[in-house]
Amino acid sequence: MAEPFLIGEAMTGGYGGADILHNCTIAVEKGEIAVIVGPNGAGKSTAMKAVFGMLKLRMGQVRLQGEDITALSPQARVTKGMGFVPQTSNIFPSMTVEENLEMGAFIRKDDIRTTMEQIYDLFPILRDKRRQAAGELSGGQRQQVAVGRALMTKPKVLMLDEPTAGVSPIVMDELFDRIIEIARTGISILMVEQNARQALNIADKGYVLVQGENRYTDTGQALLADPDVRKSFLGG
Amino acid sequence: MEPLNALVSVSNFMLIPALAYGSQLALGALGITLIYSILRFAHFAHGDTMALGTAAVIGGTLFLQARGIGIDPLPTALLAVPFGILIMSAYLLAADRLVYRYYRKVKAKPMIFVMASLGVMFITNGITRLFMGVGETRFEDGARFLFTVREFREWSGLAEGMALRSSQALTIVTALIVMVALFWFLNRTRAGKSMRAYSDNEDLALLSGINPERVVMITWVITAILLVLAGTLYGLDKGFRPFNYFQLLLPMFAAAILGGLGSPLGAIVGAYVVAFAEMGITYAWRRVFTYLMPEGLEPTSMMQLLPVDYKFAVTFAILVIVLLFRPTGIFKGKVL
Repeated sequence: MAEPFLIGEAMTGGYGGADILHNCTIAVEKGEIAVIVGPNGAGKSTAMKAVFGMLKLRMGQVRLQGEDITALSPQARVTKGMGFVPQTSNIFPSMTVEENLEMGAFIRKDDIRTTMEQIYDLFPILRDKRRQAAGELSGGQRQQVAVGRALMTKPKVLMLDEPTAGVSPIVMDELFDRIIEIARTGISILMVEQNARQALNIADKGYVLVQGENRYTDTGQALLADPDVRKSFLGG
Repeated sequence: MEPLNALVSVSNFMLIPALAYGSQLALGALGITLIYSILRFAHFAHGDTMALGTAAVIGGTLFLQARGIGIDPLPTALLAVPFGILIMSAYLLAADRLVYRYYRKVKAKPMIFVMASLGVMFITNGITRLFMGVGETRFEDGARFLFTVREFREWSGLAEGMALRSSQALTIVTALIVMVALFWFLNRTRAGKSMRAYSDNEDLALLSGINPERVVMITWVITAILLVLAGTLYGLDKGFRPFNYFQLLLPMFAAAILGGLGSPLGAIVGAYVVAFAEMGITYAWRRVFTYLMPEGLEPTSMMQLLPVDYKFAVTFAILVIVLLFRPTGIFKGKVL
């Protein structure tokens, strides 16, 4: 099998103390969407944070385009082309939408206006609100700011920790559409989702985690069709 | 009734001094609020570092005066301010390196930072006294007045006079320039925005590639600029005495908290409120009311709510009231 674009392979580790992840493998191909689902406390977010370098792995490896990046800090991974959108506190609330985007591009030294225009095209509402403080926006709009901020570095991989947490179903569909659009531009998407059914629907690859281990791994459609997965994780 | 005379009288004894004092407090409170929002602790050493900064400026002034260098009619001290800023930047960065950085690394609680800054305060205080002693030093030179009471009387023909001391005018103008420059820096420059981002969301700032140590460094340098200016202007206006600078800590903190900790605009507004309250409540209004009231109804008492010695009680009362009823301050800052 060819090397995936980004892979966290056989990851074992936790936040000190007991391990949360046990031999867990997460991978995403170029321009594809990979989704991590599973019950509460399955270690979904932890797996994603492990891939991004936010916790120390005892065993296993993270590789981006074949390069071992296990030892790199999250910031160093950002320079390598990884973008991360945390689940909460993912914006600068007192700064304007435009300033949020500018801060996202802090490490870039070149002209950021084109990227900013692209993000405004992707999320037109942000263009209208660009002079407004991000903290004053609605939940869905804040998520758009958060995703936009992460896109400002022109990442090759975008990692999203529950992007639809706390937004209405309509906004959720809208966000998923935008995420598909982002993937079409060639950016790989790795996301953790609570809304498993909808997320698997758009996923090229799905990972069902239970207690920090891979339980099922398949294409999104195959997982949706699997009776065991449906019964145990998708409510029938 | 002579409202014009009343206005001149109240301007001379209350409004102008309060405006100058408020500007000095504002520069100090801005430093406190910046440190609070970036380093996330209450900087108790603020008053004493202000004193040390002023001491450095006085040293520079004496050096320049001895060589006959001056910028008459402006005070020589202005020329020495860059030197003071240099010294204080180095001093504060050294304090950060030796003291605060360790606590940042171990992610100490804010209270531990406060105690550490208390230690820095005592050391700074000691150094200042070593060089300056505890007495008063006057270092004002150049023109004393923009216009004197007599000049004003002759010009206006009023019974009451008004003077504008050059140190007061200088304070107000400098404070205004510094405030505008600071807001421009925070809102328009990359470094300023990165400071605001860091203050807003430390983790996300880190993820965005903002270097926290750099932000901290810039904050200390800006603090050095603010407190050297505040200290020098205060010293020019009222004379230099280390203990007075230590006492300024209370009104400066009251101003920052009243305005909303972490809000620069709040610090400025808070500073003027504190200054005007202190001066207004301890001012003897008799003369003003004598001019304002109809004949026969002139007040016989001093019309002074509190003796001047109690001005810090006024500030303290403001602080207590704010913390009780609106702990986030006027502009919704962070809760201490």
